[in-house]
Amino acid sequence: MISGKKSSKFTANTQLKISPFFERTSKINMSQEWKRWGGFLASTKYDLHHDNEYFAIRTKAGLLDISPLYKYRIKGKDSKLFLNRLVTRNINICEVGQVMYSSWCDENGKVIDDGTIQRLDKEDFRLTSAEPNLYWLELNSYGMDVDIHDESEMISALALQGPNSRDIINSISSKSINDLKFFRIINTDFNGIEVSISRTGYTGDLGYEIWIKPSDSLKIWDILIKKGKDFGITPAGLNALDISRIEASLILLDVDYISSRHALIEDRKSSPYELGLGWTVKLNSGNFIGYKALKNENKNPSHWRFVGIEILWDDLEKLYKKVGLAPDLPHAAWRDSVPLYYNKSQVGYATSGCWSPILKKYIALAHVNSKYSSLDTILDFEIKVEHYRHLTPAKIVKTPFYNPKRKMSCPD
Amino acid sequence: MSRLDKYDAIIIGGGHNGLTAAAYLSKAGKKVLVLERRHVLGGAAVTEEVFPGFKFSVCSYVVSLLKANVIRELMLPRFGLEILPLESTFTPLDNDYLFRTSDYDQTYKEIYRHSKKDAENYTRFGPLMGQVGMAVRPILETIAPNAIRPSINDLLSLKSLLGHVKGLNNETFEYLCKLMTMSSADFLDEWFEFEPLKATMSASGIIGTFMGPRSPGSAYVMLHHYMGDIDGSFRAWGFQRGGTGELSMTIARSAKHFGAEILTEASVDKVIVKNGEAVGVALENGNEYKSDIVISGLDPKLTFLKMIDESDLPEDFVRDIKNFRIRGSSGKVNLALDGLPNFTSLPGDGPHLRGAISISPSYDHLERAYDDAKYGNFSKEPYMDIILPSVLDPTMAPPGKHVMSCFVQYAPYNINGGWDDNKREAFGDAVVNTLSRFAPNIKDLILHRQVLTPMDLEKTFGLTEGNIFHGELTLQQLFSFRPAVKWADYTTPIKNYYQCGSGTHPGGGVTGSPGEMAAKKILKIW
Repeated sequence: MISGKKSSKFTANTQLKISPFFERTSKINMSQEWKRWGGFLASTKYDLHHDNEYFAIRTKAGLLDISPLYKYRIKGKDSKLFLNRLVTRNINICEVGQVMYSSWCDENGKVIDDGTIQRLDKEDFRLTSAEPNLYWLELNSYGMDVDIHDESEMISALALQGPNSRDIINSISSKSINDLKFFRIINTDFNGIEVSISRTGYTGDLGYEIWIKPSDSLKIWDILIKKGKDFGITPAGLNALDISRIEASLILLDVDYISSRHALIEDRKSSPYELGLGWTVKLNSGNFIGYKALKNENKNPSHWRFVGIEILWDDLEKLYKKVGLAPDLPHAAWRDSVPLYYNKSQVGYATSGCWSPILKKYIALAHVNSKYSSLDTILDFEIKVEHYRHLTPAKIVKTPFYNPKRKMSCPD
Repeated sequence: MSRLDKYDAIIIGGGHNGLTAAAYLSKAGKKVLVLERRHVLGGAAVTEEVFPGFKFSVCSYVVSLLKANVIRELMLPRFGLEILPLESTFTPLDNDYLFRTSDYDQTYKEIYRHSKKDAENYTRFGPLMGQVGMAVRPILETIAPNAIRPSINDLLSLKSLLGHVKGLNNETFEYLCKLMTMSSADFLDEWFEFEPLKATMSASGIIGTFMGPRSPGSAYVMLHHYMGDIDGSFRAWGFQRGGTGELSMTIARSAKHFGAEILTEASVDKVIVKNGEAVGVALENGNEYKSDIVISGLDPKLTFLKMIDESDLPEDFVRDIKNFRIRGSSGKVNLALDGLPNFTSLPGDGPHLRGAISISPSYDHLERAYDDAKYGNFSKEPYMDIILPSVLDPTMAPPGKHVMSCFVQYAPYNINGGWDDNKREAFGDAVVNTLSRFAPNIKDLILHRQVLTPMDLEKTFGLTEGNIFHGELTLQQLFSFRPAVKWADYTTPIKNYYQCGSGTHPGGGVTGSPGEMAAKKILKIW
């Protein structure tokens, strides 16, 4: 009944899976707060509050166990052909050692999932996803010379995110990663232990993801913690990650959108254009699943647009002042649907939001009727102050909310 | 001098308040020049690499009171504002410790361990201080009216403040009165019994002040420190990434963004006064700059007694400024360490090293430290407020090394026989010895030591007598009396000469408030 026993001596009485890093993470999780992620136990936060972990991501380096990600290995002569058919991006231009982010859709052009594609070799790819996709991958590879393998539990992974992440890896890796560009991947070793490092992440900061053999997991964790100490390495949980990803305006499945495979009604489905992922749709690169529908949609404006909003402070402060309080800000990110109005009619809804500690702004990601979605439009955001509903102005602003130069730059 | 050299406003001093005023005036379209004597901006809010690889927030070392509207209006996050939370206060004792964090339950249990009564009262005390803080806020945010010869506007703002005070509930009003008048020790005695808790809490009532915890008036200073304003909600202390100087730089970047010119190593000698009006400034190097108005971010003593000839000022005003109390009482010891201190009572690394560390085991410890100062000596066993910036921000020190900032009281400016190198070192020794009582490994860790006496603070940062608040925060020098009655609204007896430093309402700390309010007042009457 207790899974993960083989990969770790440490056990927990849980029906969920435990990551190869659980032996370490469980011992430093002072709050003992866990979330469920892909059938695994994942730390919500290690401290009693997530502040320190959040600031580690933004000012030092946060270390996150991202092993629960679904990972599929796609090999074979037709692997490129297959991926070109599966995802909306043009895989032909993906070089060996490159990583691409993409969504993939059903035949009606509605998004099923989103993730990254690593090109490890000419005919060797790794696809990551938020949800299980094996059936969909196999279904669509019918008749192709391609070998699809679920390696979710054969690869463990850590994300090292934050301005000091490069220095930490350089102090350990046998190869320097100074030249590793945004969305590229290399193989290297940490004290003789082989790892792959991709310059990717879910925080919108300078950061890397490290792909590891599960049996090496604890050794890699220990090396990182030991060497990273001088650079402020800090294990970080999902609460800190959630704020970071909202600041970076990165969408989350089941929170900001529903997979078209689970949507019970058509209205719950979204196209890439409606999720701000229009840039990943390469209509000129040939046929992929959903191509026709998306080509059509591209000609006519989509009904929805996915935007960033900033809840305006002065008006918010006034609402709270009326009841004798200072603004009561959400401490952690929220994931509710919050109505947005224009001239008293509802024109959209926000799906996740948070107080951004680094921007000092109350921000949210929202679906808005495209007629009301241009920059600087003022919408009304529904908020409850002392149990009573109010409307307070929120402005549509540019995303990502937070986009430091270091995210994509390399040292001189 | 060419026409181009004429400015709308010249600001003397590139401290954080001067820069704040510069940013607001530039934002309003004025042509502004800031003149800073030193090579670095920030005044007392500077970061300097004192020893190779070791950076220190040399003087001011924490951020708590920086106003949320200043952050928003000057768009400081865009220019580099990154405030890391200091979440806890650790009071090491000889055989035990007190460790308060931002976690309600954890702190309750920790205090409960020492006193059940205190644990209960502590849960009531926080919200009450929050309420009093909210109640004081409108007072802090009002331009201090002229209490002697009020204008219509003064009367209106007084009326609205009276209305506000009348609207307070009885309990808040009662505690506001108590906090305005009592000593922090007496005030806390009404609530708590565990001595280290009381002493540590009372310590914020003596910071920057020539008073002991048992001196009446210290409760207000404690309240002043309770009004921490991070993220627009009432919260604890923070540390700017890169040190406090980086905070000044974010304000400077904002000011430049709005068009301000900033010159460093430009020491102003005098304000040029013609026919009772300020018309510009003369630098020590002989250069002169003309402007419509001149604003001083210096403390009141320098603003008036150094920058202006006494003969240009009314006699009673000169007397008021001379009487303005600005006694220096604190020193700063900055240590470059080879590793982390190991506290006997709570050994090893841990969250207690991420917050404030307070050397305040008892009232007697603090009061005795004050006694030394009262009679003209530095404290043999001083009170200290310590932080380890490199734990929060590893870029402050080389990998594996650390910097430790010790704010120390007391060190009187007027020490018997005057400060000299020997006394400075003896003062540094007293600090290290006191520290080693609680963390014995500290002596072996010290790689470098910088000791700043009040005399050094005066010389380096231009703080008269080394007073970190530009004048003590005592009732007789607050609000309409700061720095002098009739001149508490940022104006001065000299036409077109204004003040915007911590010596004006609402006082010291890295708040940006005097700079902001002065700029807003000036823009209103310009």
